[in-house]
Amino acid sequence: MPKKLVKGCNAIAEAAILGGCRFFAGYPITPQSEIPEYLAEHLPEVGGTFIQGESEVASINMVYGAAACGVRAMTSSSGPGISLKAEGISYLAGAMLPAVIVDVTRGGPGLGCIQPAQQDYLQATKALGHGGFRTMVFAPHTVQEAVDLMYDTFEYAERDRNPVVLLLDGCLASVMEEVEFPAAKELPAKHPEWAVGNFDGTPRARRTVSSLAGKEAMEQRNIRSGELFDSWEKNDVRVEKYMLEDAEYVIVAYGMSARVCKYAIQQLRAEGIKIGMIRPITLVPFPKAALDELDYNQVKAIIDVEMSLPAQMRDDIALQVKDRVPILTYGRSGGVTLMNEETTEALKNMIGGMNK
Amino acid sequence: MSKEMLRTTAIKPVPNTFCPGCLHAMASKLIGECLEELGLVDKTVMVIPVGCSTMGLNFWDLDMVSAAHGRAPAVATAIKRVQPESFVFSYQGDGDLASIGLSEILCAANRGEKITVIFANNSTYGMTGGQMAPTTLIGQKATTAPAGRNAEVDGYPTDMCALLSTFQAPSYIARCALNSVSGVKAAKAAIKTAFQHQIDGDAFSFVELMTNCPTNWGMQPLETFEFMNECTLKQFPVGVMRDRKEEH
Repeated sequence: MPKKLVKGCNAIAEAAILGGCRFFAGYPITPQSEIPEYLAEHLPEVGGTFIQGESEVASINMVYGAAACGVRAMTSSSGPGISLKAEGISYLAGAMLPAVIVDVTRGGPGLGCIQPAQQDYLQATKALGHGGFRTMVFAPHTVQEAVDLMYDTFEYAERDRNPVVLLLDGCLASVMEEVEFPAAKELPAKHPEWAVGNFDGTPRARRTVSSLAGKEAMEQRNIRSGELFDSWEKNDVRVEKYMLEDAEYVIVAYGMSARVCKYAIQQLRAEGIKIGMIRPITLVPFPKAALDELDYNQVKAIIDVEMSLPAQMRDDIALQVKDRVPILTYGRSGGVTLMNEETTEALKNMIGGMNK
Repeated sequence: MSKEMLRTTAIKPVPNTFCPGCLHAMASKLIGECLEELGLVDKTVMVIPVGCSTMGLNFWDLDMVSAAHGRAPAVATAIKRVQPESFVFSYQGDGDLASIGLSEILCAANRGEKITVIFANNSTYGMTGGQMAPTTLIGQKATTAPAGRNAEVDGYPTDMCALLSTFQAPSYIARCALNSVSGVKAAKAAIKTAFQHQIDGDAFSFVELMTNCPTNWGMQPLETFEFMNECTLKQFPVGVMRDRKEEH
């Protein structure tokens, strides 16, 4: 297929349709409103359903209803809206329903600002709702990667019977880049055996979708969740290792921050600084092995670069690095994005400071 | 109807777990009978709310989706949109529907979703132990209004039928009371009419059933019936507020 120049939000929305999305409910919020706008126009063209919910709360609960029917369902939002969706995301996890949540992040907390930031790392990876569940979290750093990841999210969700999150900041959602779209996926011939309704006249046992359970059954669900999360760490970690082989300084960055860091790494390498990067593509499961297996006789420091203040990914990094080398952090936030030259200079100064 | 059990096939032959004298049991029976008589039992998805009616998960013999507190109309909206050939209804109490879920019920009604909502109003939060509901009467005591509801600080009882009647889209809105034989008969007719509206593809249909709560009102069941006549039904008079079929 020929490449097209497409805005991040529109590309994600199109990739969702190609990946089998047939239901969307959402509520307007900057910087992701182009996703519902695109789907309002194009989802009905493939026989899908678009609903602008009266609230974030209603929207995620509509997704819950559609998912209970076995339809590939998604929503999208940003910080304040994701907070409101916390209830429904927890219920999705509790009722073991597949669904996809696109989380386009901006500055926070509170109303924060509408400009890009990565202030919702902890919310996305640790606490999308009550009850101690996790979801897989994919973090693209280009529009093409956002398309490729979005395209497969529904299958991960269905495999695990668990929600999946695509996390990107407002910058990636807003930029236009060249994209090659994959072919539309064929939808499964049958609805899942747990989905309610879809009556075809054939007698069958009644079905119930519910997050409510008696105490023994609830504990069993919690145990199953733990096993699921463990299986991700074994099978589903995705990570890009960028110029790591001789690296003495290792950046850890995801999303747009990683884009900026790639530029900085090239500049610093031209000056003879041996620097590379671990770029988590899945934030959950976190690429623990990539960090644990670094040669700490060679590596002098880890540098966590995020558009978050204070840095939020640092704790996940520290659990792997332990006390082997210092972990430095660099970031801008509040809608002040990382800039190529400024970041390069800051990294150079940090490294220079270490070698004084 | 299974004659030997005198029980609708929409309900499993198991004891319900409602308190003695609670009209939720009567409401469930009427709904089950209407589903069966209209041939809907094998094509229904019921949305279960949060409250005493969550116990329906144990006895309804239907496909069911259990929704978060107050969100049943949003969940039902999506179910009906993605499978319009299925019959979709929710059964919600007054805390669920008229308080935490007020936005969801109003907006689903205003969109004219082709679903049916049966609303059981007993003026209290039954499951959590008798706290003040949006429908609690002025002066009626509750654990969170120990001196009785005070309009100065708590406002007045929420009239859902009146609220929903301000919207153009709903096709059927009625209120019935289950504390008398004639009331039960009228309620069954109203539920059946509401279901027929959905079968015919009409927009949103809604039946409010006035019920009781002997446990949290602190009354014998028969006393609750008298209380309903003397107090509740004066605040919430029965009647058909909207019937688009009759208007044509």
